[in-house]
Formats: sequence, C-alpha cells, structure tokens
Amino acid sequence: MADPRTTVVARSSPPAAGLRRGGAPSRPGRRRWSGWLYILPAAAVYLAFAIWPTIAAARLSFFEWNGILPPRWVGLDNYREIFDTPALYGAVGHSLVLVVFFSVIPVAFGLFLTAMLSGRVRRGMAFFRVVFFLPQVLPLVAVGITWRWLYSDDGVVNEALTAVGLGGITRAWLGDYGVALFALGLIGTWVMSGLCMMLFLSGVQKIDPSLYEAAVLDGAGAVRQFFAVTLPGLRGEVSIAAVITTIAALASFDLVYVTTNGGPANQTTVPGLLVYRLAFTQGDIGGASALAVVLAVTVIGLVTVIRWLTKERS
Amino acid sequence: MRVRPVGVGLRYGVLFALAALVLVPFVGIILASVHPPDQQVSGLSLPDRISWENFSVAWNQAHFGSLVRSSLIIAAGVVPAAVILATLAGYGLTVLRAPGSRPVTGAFVLGLTIPVELVVVSLYFNLRDVGLSNSYLAIIMAEIALFLPFGVYWMSAHFAQVPIELVEASRIDGARDLIVLLRVLLPISWPAITTLTVLIFMWSWNQFLLVLVLMQDPEKRTAPAGLGYFVGQYSTNIPLLSAASLIVILPIVAVYLAFQRNFVSGLTQGAVK
Repeated sequence: MADPRTTVVARSSPPAAGLRRGGAPSRPGRRRWSGWLYILPAAAVYLAFAIWPTIAAARLSFFEWNGILPPRWVGLDNYREIFDTPALYGAVGHSLVLVVFFSVIPVAFGLFLTAMLSGRVRRGMAFFRVVFFLPQVLPLVAVGITWRWLYSDDGVVNEALTAVGLGGITRAWLGDYGVALFALGLIGTWVMSGLCMMLFLSGVQKIDPSLYEAAVLDGAGAVRQFFAVTLPGLRGEVSIAAVITTIAALASFDLVYVTTNGGPANQTTVPGLLVYRLAFTQGDIGGASALAVVLAVTVIGLVTVIRWLTKERS
Repeated sequence: MRVRPVGVGLRYGVLFALAALVLVPFVGIILASVHPPDQQVSGLSLPDRISWENFSVAWNQAHFGSLVRSSLIIAAGVVPAAVILATLAGYGLTVLRAPGSRPVTGAFVLGLTIPVELVVVSLYFNLRDVGLSNSYLAIIMAEIALFLPFGVYWMSAHFAQVPIELVEASRIDGARDLIVLLRVLLPISWPAITTLTVLIFMWSWNQFLLVLVLMQDPEKRTAPAGLGYFVGQYSTNIPLLSAASLIVILPIVAVYLAFQRNFVSGLTQGAVK
C-alpha cells in the first residue's frame, strides 16, 4: 500500500521465493506459538493504521457526512451518484486511458526493444540500467513539475518540434483540451518504460539458449522465435511489469495534482484527485469514500485480470 | 545460433537515444535552475550568467530548509521501525511458522494493492478524533503501516530461502528464538535488509498524498509535499521551481546512486524466478 508506483516495484522479488517455498513441501520443525510475539508489533500497526481505515472508508461510503454533523445513512446513494455523474465516472475513464500510457505502451515498447536488441547487449549495461531506472526513484511531484515546464509554451518539447519542422503543431500541451490527457499519459510512459525494458532485457538472458537453437532447427525466423520462445519465456516479467505499471496509473494523484490539477475543463481528472477534492474542499466525505472504494476495486480487478491473462497454463 | 536482429552499432545507437530521452528533462531543469530569478527561460537555453540565487531563495524564503528537515524527521522515524517490524514479522511467519501464519501473510500481501487514496480520508478523520492532527507521529505510524505489506512480504521471502538446517542446528544447540534471529539469521540477511531499507527510505521521502492530507500545516510538511504546494504559488517562476525541484530530487538521487545495486536487484532479480 506504499507509494503505489514504487511499492510494487520491488514486489517483483519476493513472490519468487514464496512460490519456491510453496513448491517444496512443508519444512521440518514444529509450528511455534512464540512466533506470534514477533508478528504482533507489525500486525498491530498494520491493523490500526491500514486495515482499520480501510474498513472505516468502506463504512463511510454508505453515509452522507460533511465531517462535522452526525453522519446519515444513505445506502448505495453515493455509489449511484458516481455512476450517474459524468464528472465522476469520467475520472475513472481517464484513469483507464492512463493505464494505456503507463502500462500497455511501456510493456509493448519494452518487448519490442527486447526483441530488437535480443538481450545481447552486455557492455555498458550497468550504465544504461542506472539511467533507465532513474525515473522510478524520483518523487512524482518533481517529475510533474519538470514536465510542466517541458510541455509549456516555450518549453523543450515545442523547441524540439520546431527544430524538426513541426512548428505548426506546437502548443501548451497540458492546457490543450484535446491532448492534455495524452500529454499527461506520456509522462507516465516516460517514467515506466525504462523499468519494463530493464525487466525484460534481464529476463531474456535467463531463457535457455537451446530453446532458440531448437526453434532455428525448426526453421523459425526472428518473428516466430520471438513469439514462440521469447514471449513465453518472459511471462513472469510481463506479468509483474503490467501489474506495477497499472497500479501506478490508477494512483496517479501526485502527477495530476501538480501538472494539470484536473484541467483543462476536467479533461484530466482522476479518481484520486476527486477523492481529495470531495473530502477536503467540498465536504462530501461519503462520496469521497465511495469513489475511493471504486478505485480500489478497479485496481484489484485489473490486477486480477492481468494475473489471469499471464498465468501459466499447463 | 540465433538470428542477429540488428547490428551492434544500431543497438547501442538505440540505447543511447533512449538514455538521452530519459536525461533531457534533467538537463532542462538544471539549466533552468541556474537562470537568474524571473528571467524568461526558453527551451534548453543557456543563461547569460550562471546564478545560484534560486537555490538560496528556495532554501531560505520558500522554507525548503525546514521542509527537508521534516522529511528527514519522518524518514528517521519510519525507516528503522518499518525495517525492524518487517524483519521480526517475517521471522515469526516464515521461520517460526506461528499458527495462522498463512492467512496473516495473505492479509499483508493484499495490502500491496490497496491505494493510499482508499485509506487517507478516513485516516484523517480517525486521527483528528484522537487529537493527532498535524503530528509527525501520526504520519510516521501511517507510513509504517503503508510500507509493512511490502516489508513483511520481502523479509518472509528472504527467510524462506535461508537453508532450514542452519536454524535447526542452532536450535539443537539450545539457542532461543531471538538468539537464532540475531546471531544466525541477521548476519546473512544484511543484503535483503539493506535493500528494504533504501526502498522504504525512498517511499517515505517521496510520499505525497498522505503528507498533504495528514499535515495541514504547510510549514511542517515534507519536501515533496511542500513542493506540491509551492507550485501553486509560483507556477510561472520557472527558475525558482526548478531549483526547488532539484533540492527535493537530489537527496533521493544520491541515495539511488550510492545503493543502485540494491534498488536494481530489488527490481529485477526475483521477478524472474
């Protein structure tokens, strides 16, 4: 539940070990009640500051409450309002568009590049790794401010476009009604692509070379090799990259807050931003909670779908 | 023999082009930050003269000095506590295998998918009710809880890879649980713990929404949260904004460069197995 962008980043590592352990039948030695002494401190903090607020949010979503007067039970009204109000369900739609830019494009691009480079770039890889991971460690607020400036009227993006003779299409990208959401999405593409690339490039080196030899003997060309050997071999990496980037796309509050703040004309609102606004400027705690629940359900739903799609079927 | 997709030269050409795409934004704000205050900045232009004034204005007048101090106070509370709690819990769940450890591990792992947005509103009101508004302690506890799912998961996975014989042997020698953890497991766990430490530091440093909501007093916010507030006030002063952004970015980049192996191994190694 940490910073969604990075949290999950590192989640990549552990499942492996967990799975491996699952594979080996139970370890010798007996279970120990004394183990709870060690679990208890973490469990207590987690219960009080994560589980409890989650339950409280779910409960508040059924109430009308402005934070001061006593809450009033309204049943599913807050949820109905989300599905009836274009400004609210529109924000969910925007965040799904962002999934394309944060997740689909970086994964596809990473795979394309991996196929092209064929994982055989070794020299200087340490340098590229450091550079490509860099956007992952930066606070999104600073990333957003940087891109605000790059996208501005006399920013670097327009300068580059003019330099290659595309001066006609320059504009203040984040302020343009039609393209602001896409411009915002491309910031996500910038942040996430390096991560996907490095995951795939390091993953492809672990594929058994004899699989490629066998494919060549069967007469497979580069494209067939990619689909028959590389892609199945990268199943785990693709799954992890897609999960990490999707969660980041849906929790893009930081980025949106400092770049467009939802504008122009609500074209770039996302659920996180509206949760914040509903709760702290409009005093609609129930509505904010319901939207937060919808967001969490969307995250869990998409993650489940990705896991299912990339599951090994034997 | 594999088909050679493209030549070595082209491969490196592509990689360098992509590296440039990643780095250009940094060049952009570094150049902008050394422009004299309020000068019009255009694209990747060099300033007439290099000026460091923006950094001192940001640090003193815009309070980034005290914002950075708040960030460090919070990180100093969060990082050791989260790492210790996660290590203890991972030990209890995976090595001692306390009864019920499977569902408890599951409950922690589920926390990985829950967005901050879901908890932050009710957390604000819960904390207000117990008089913990605007409190560093509240933010520290909330961040620990947010990072624990990953921490517990990470340490459990690490302990699961430790050969069980090691633990059994010292138990036969009569060592108690805590001694096994401190004398036998800790010495071989430093790489995993270091990685967890730098990752949690990064998340704590970068955390935005939680601080924005739980710390309503702008003076006591963290550096990124202060930056988010700052951008609303000085949205057109590009040199000053760039300098402030660099102040917020530099510490985490320094940690990243010093511990890049930990960051990267955390990201790539296990993914594959």
